[in-house]
Amino acid sequence: MIGGEMLASAIRMTIPILLTALGAIHAERSGIVNIGLEGMMIVGSFWAAFGAYHYGPLAGLLFGIMAGGALALVHAAATVTFRVDHIVSGVALNIIAYGTTRFASLSIFDRATTSPHVQSLPAIDIPVLDRLPLIAPLASNVSPVVILTFALVFLTRWVLSETTFGLRLRAVGENPQAADTLGVNVFAMRYAGVIISGLFAGLAGAYLAVEHTGMYVEGMTQGKGFIALAAMIFGNWGPIGAMGASLLFGLSEALALRQVVEFIPYEFFKMLPYVLTIIVVGGIVQRSRPPAAVGTSYERGE
Amino acid sequence: MPSPVIETIGLTKAFPGVVANDRIDLEIRAGEIHAIVGENGAGKSTLMRILCGLYQPDLGEIRLRGVPTVIRDPRHAIKLGIGMVHQHFMLVDRFTVTENVILGAEGTRWGRLDRRAARRRILEICDRYGFDLDPDLAVEELSVGQQQRVEIVKVLYRGADIIIMDEPTAVLVPQEVQELFDNLRRLAKSGKTIIFISHKLDEVLDIADRITVLRGGRKVGTVKAQETDRRGLAEMMVGRPVLFSVDKEERAPGEPLLKVEGLSLKSGERYLLRDVSLEVRGGEIYGIAGVEGNGQTELVEVIMGLRRPTTGRILLAAQDVTGLPVGRVRGHGVSFVPEDRHRRGLILNMTVWENLFLGRHRARRLTAGPLLRRIVMLGEADELVQEYDIRVGSTGQPVSSLSGGNQQKVILARELAGQPRVIIASQPTRGLDVGAIEFVRQRLIAARAAGLAVLIVSADLEEVLALSDRIGVMYGGRLVKEVAASETTAQELGMYMLGSTTGAKEARDHVL
Repeated sequence: MIGGEMLASAIRMTIPILLTALGAIHAERSGIVNIGLEGMMIVGSFWAAFGAYHYGPLAGLLFGIMAGGALALVHAAATVTFRVDHIVSGVALNIIAYGTTRFASLSIFDRATTSPHVQSLPAIDIPVLDRLPLIAPLASNVSPVVILTFALVFLTRWVLSETTFGLRLRAVGENPQAADTLGVNVFAMRYAGVIISGLFAGLAGAYLAVEHTGMYVEGMTQGKGFIALAAMIFGNWGPIGAMGASLLFGLSEALALRQVVEFIPYEFFKMLPYVLTIIVVGGIVQRSRPPAAVGTSYERGE
Repeated sequence: MPSPVIETIGLTKAFPGVVANDRIDLEIRAGEIHAIVGENGAGKSTLMRILCGLYQPDLGEIRLRGVPTVIRDPRHAIKLGIGMVHQHFMLVDRFTVTENVILGAEGTRWGRLDRRAARRRILEICDRYGFDLDPDLAVEELSVGQQQRVEIVKVLYRGADIIIMDEPTAVLVPQEVQELFDNLRRLAKSGKTIIFISHKLDEVLDIADRITVLRGGRKVGTVKAQETDRRGLAEMMVGRPVLFSVDKEERAPGEPLLKVEGLSLKSGERYLLRDVSLEVRGGEIYGIAGVEGNGQTELVEVIMGLRRPTTGRILLAAQDVTGLPVGRVRGHGVSFVPEDRHRRGLILNMTVWENLFLGRHRARRLTAGPLLRRIVMLGEADELVQEYDIRVGSTGQPVSSLSGGNQQKVILARELAGQPRVIIASQPTRGLDVGAIEFVRQRLIAARAAGLAVLIVSADLEEVLALSDRIGVMYGGRLVKEVAASETTAQELGMYMLGSTTGAKEARDHVL
């Protein structure tokens, strides 16, 4: 019932959630809640379609990444420099993303809800693995972004735990005042964390449009930006954990796409990720521990 | 004579409405432990912030090792060899000791944090100065004393040879204070200069070579520790003679007003309180001594109804109040001065007058149906402010704008104004300066004289000894010893506090 084809579909569903969750980790570890990730995915998906339509798929991905990053810059300015409540800014950005995208779509493509069809990156067959009987469906005809995403999981982990940048990023999310007294630039680190989160979310949106669907469709993100936040919490703010959680969410989405068991209505599977999210965020599965200073604004006070 | 390592000449810093430092001439010699004392608001913190680069002086000059120097910011200060250990630790709880120490001064190899080299250097530093510290533990697993050591290692790691300690003992228990002092002496002996800010006179006299006293932003003078005493220093600080020994008249205690019988409190499998029994009579002050975390907090919370005991009874004037909600317990005439005035004692964003009536606002004369009679309250608030000498412009100000001492007075005023029969006060003078401490203690003595039963919990042995008629020592959730205050000493109590019932040797082993 759950065959290789199904798993391949699950992984495709996982990618946007996982990418965005990795982004969210960067933002939250620096102390900033980024609930605007959904919006950053939306602008990422639209501008990626725009870029891919005019300049090809690779340019499309870059456009998507930049769009996500640009919106994140607004969030960083609002929350870090102007100390706006993180949730308020994030919600506002989601609304802005939705509105500007629809507007841009109308003025550029003359259609409010979809873009023309765009080209995807050439798919890859992973050598050797694509010959193995069980794994073959997972390893053949794979989007390069899928491979990049899993690479980014381990890169993120390495950067967070092994580099100066990672140490400082985590420090400003835990105790910005302590970091400041040691000469760490709290504002720069938090800008970096938020912008990186936007770049990731932008790539996630771009993947949806260019790689997954082959066009921009309004509402195609389907709240994945929020699910990604749940995956981040589920994964206890770590990249590996987030990967596990994203896979779980991806799997339940894939299950919902096809009627797997006859006597269980497919809506049940559709509901699963959200039920899981509530269970997870409610702290029922495990005690998760957010960065100590997350959601707070830092003011250099005396 | 050793040359001055830091010299300030006419250092002045003004803030709107107040001159925090007024022409301060300071001279600190290499290798000495130099204490700076003064009441809250005397200008100690401002002076230190100038020295570590957080503030720029308006006027005056700083000479560092004889050279006129402008200290631009804290990073620059540390480059110049000046390190600051803040009163509130600047540590990332979740990071290991090593990570905390290297943060902001990381070394890398191939882009990767070089934790091994850092760890080695930290161990070297610990070794050289005899610090006991495991670099691989997360800071949140360390005791307060150990966390402070991490702070000291942090500045040493950055090569500081002048270390500014801001109220370092405020958060420590007596045994940790001794350990800190040993460490500081070792640092000074190896040539480091230590500037020690405090308002605790005994400690300053114990640790410092020389002491500079500030009052109202000005320097009163610098004296050698051997050539002065508590009385002399206090007079310099406050500007008038200060009463230390609290004079209490002999008083025959009356009826027991608060009685605790066989009280136990279990959390999971652990006993936080175990079979605690005590009684406090009218006109008596009962002091509870103990190293923090041995059940004192829980005992008070159980008595107040904040927690429900597992077994045991609480009687107020022979009436059983076990398990009643806080409001009802208070209704029986119990007042409560909580240990954490910011978290439990006050609502910081609310005004002084609102805080003065918190929990008492249901009284008939203060209400008209569902409404509060604000005019009556404001009037009474003004009276309380007068009576308790709370320094505030208007009772409409948020209580957060008051100094710590004045905030404590607000709590005291509120709690005593309800005409209680029993007062429970946790750490009533923590963090207060000499003047405010004197005031709070006098008030508690006055309550005793008026026939109230007073239960105080204090980490300050001296305070317990000075105020109490009887003293109970808590250790591991038990009341291990009960003595009359007149028949014991700080040394004896200290022993019981460490769990020893036999002798001083065991107590010493525990510290080491």
